[in-house]
Amino acid sequence: MGNYAIETVGLNFNFGNQAIVKNLSLQVPKGSIYGFLGPNGAGKTTTIKILLNLLKSPSDQVFIFGKEINSNRIATLKRIGALVEQPAIYGHLTGKENLVNRCILLGIKKSKADEMLSLVGLAEAANKKASKYSLGMKQRLGIAQALISDPELLLLDEPTNGLDPNGIIEVRNLMIDLATKHNKTILVSSHLLAEIERTATHVGIINKGQLLFQGTINELHLLSKPVLEIEVDKIESASSLLTKSGYEIIAKTDKVITVPFTSSQKSGELNTLLIQNGFTVSSLYQQRKDLENLFLDITKTN
Amino acid sequence: MHALYISLVSEFYKSRKTLAFWAAILLPVIICGLISFGFYSDAEKIITNHYPPMILWAHYSGAALGVMGFLIMPFYVIFMAFSVNNIEHKNDTWKMLFAQPLNKFSIYAAKYLYAVLLIFICLFLFATLTYAFGQLLQVLVPKLNFNQYNPLNILINSYAKLFLASLGILSLQFILSLLWGDFLKPMGIGFVGTIMGIITANVGWKYAYLNPYSLPTLALRITKVKKNTDPLDFPIFTQEIWTSLIYAVILFIIGYFIVTKKSIK
Repeated sequence: MGNYAIETVGLNFNFGNQAIVKNLSLQVPKGSIYGFLGPNGAGKTTTIKILLNLLKSPSDQVFIFGKEINSNRIATLKRIGALVEQPAIYGHLTGKENLVNRCILLGIKKSKADEMLSLVGLAEAANKKASKYSLGMKQRLGIAQALISDPELLLLDEPTNGLDPNGIIEVRNLMIDLATKHNKTILVSSHLLAEIERTATHVGIINKGQLLFQGTINELHLLSKPVLEIEVDKIESASSLLTKSGYEIIAKTDKVITVPFTSSQKSGELNTLLIQNGFTVSSLYQQRKDLENLFLDITKTN
Repeated sequence: MHALYISLVSEFYKSRKTLAFWAAILLPVIICGLISFGFYSDAEKIITNHYPPMILWAHYSGAALGVMGFLIMPFYVIFMAFSVNNIEHKNDTWKMLFAQPLNKFSIYAAKYLYAVLLIFICLFLFATLTYAFGQLLQVLVPKLNFNQYNPLNILINSYAKLFLASLGILSLQFILSLLWGDFLKPMGIGFVGTIMGIITANVGWKYAYLNPYSLPTLALRITKVKKNTDPLDFPIFTQEIWTSLIYAVILFIIGYFIVTKKSIK
């Protein structure tokens, strides 16, 4: 338990009769960027609210830094910074005042507000009313609010929502920076795998309240087995030759034969075999089912 | 205690640019200013009436107290209870507030206390400005006899009663505004309650004091009756005041349980 920033043990949560989270066992290692993936309505935001004790979990199911959340609410919240759904911002206050208000509540120096504004690139808009901010600026302000207490654990619910490509890259780099240089643990939710793939070290995939996959990003990659696609003429006789020579054919169209990829050397041997038998190989390439499709597969089969 | 204090500071910081905060200051300034202006421009007529100093003060301060006690006070309290909570409903910031490392009681109590404080400031200003503008009128129109009677006791007692009598309404409206994010439900219930309160208080129904909305009216009416006998000798802690305080305490506690059970969806 000591190595996890977040651990849930068979967590269940219902709204009335409707089960939102079912037997969820998250394990978020310290110092990781944990991508929490799932389609809309999968239970991601509910889970994050449970981790903030906004929704009350059954006892002994949620542990933050090894401590049960319900009995250590305040001590736990001190170590967490969060951005849940749309950022919680007072529209009638300026960006800076929003941060100063947070400083008051957390009992930290007000100079932190300026520091955070420059960190998220809002220094110039500091004295503009937050209601006049664009969606992306609000999102940045929300991130600044989450970071202001310098928490060990960050919970970011779709932090790149509404950001332009530049903003997305900035947030991505900021997350990597926080995790690698400042040793923070970050749980970041998203419904886009491509988004998570570039930053996360660990991934959890949730659908309909159930965890379908959990592991490192490499373990997720291993799930998608590479294949070799061969474009060749006289497809029928080519495939019978391959079968005769002991190759397993996964799929065959009128232009392409697909076999499992084992190594580059084996691919070369296969090519030589076809050419020596008089076939014309127009292309031969390694193909990996991309994670996006894998993600769709994982969430669809459930 | 520290959590309560910083929550209170934060409430002030958040609301200092809103109408709710400024209403506490502007309302007494405007009403007392208008009444004093009326007295100033009507000074000739008032002087010819030859009121005794005590009755002159009663007329003068009664103008503000009457309007406040019957109508403005309940609605002002309803508005305060609404705006302290609405700042979080409107900005969808409840979740942020309750995700802070502060105990829920402090967050809730700070909001409640802040509303109490705003009402206190408003009534304190009413009493102070009534007194100050009275003295000012005396300086501007030396023929008036404001200076021959010291109204401070009546003013303090009346406004103290009004303040205490409104706490019952505050607690009730506070819960309504906590539960509902919109303006119409708490306002509608408060409106109906206030009308019922005024009617039941005025027809002298035996159990009128059980309706928290009738308490400010009841509290002030007794003040008036006593004023004709011995103005300096009326008790603050009458039945209406105790009823109001009991309502306030019980509903405050119920409100806290609602907050702890409130799921932030």
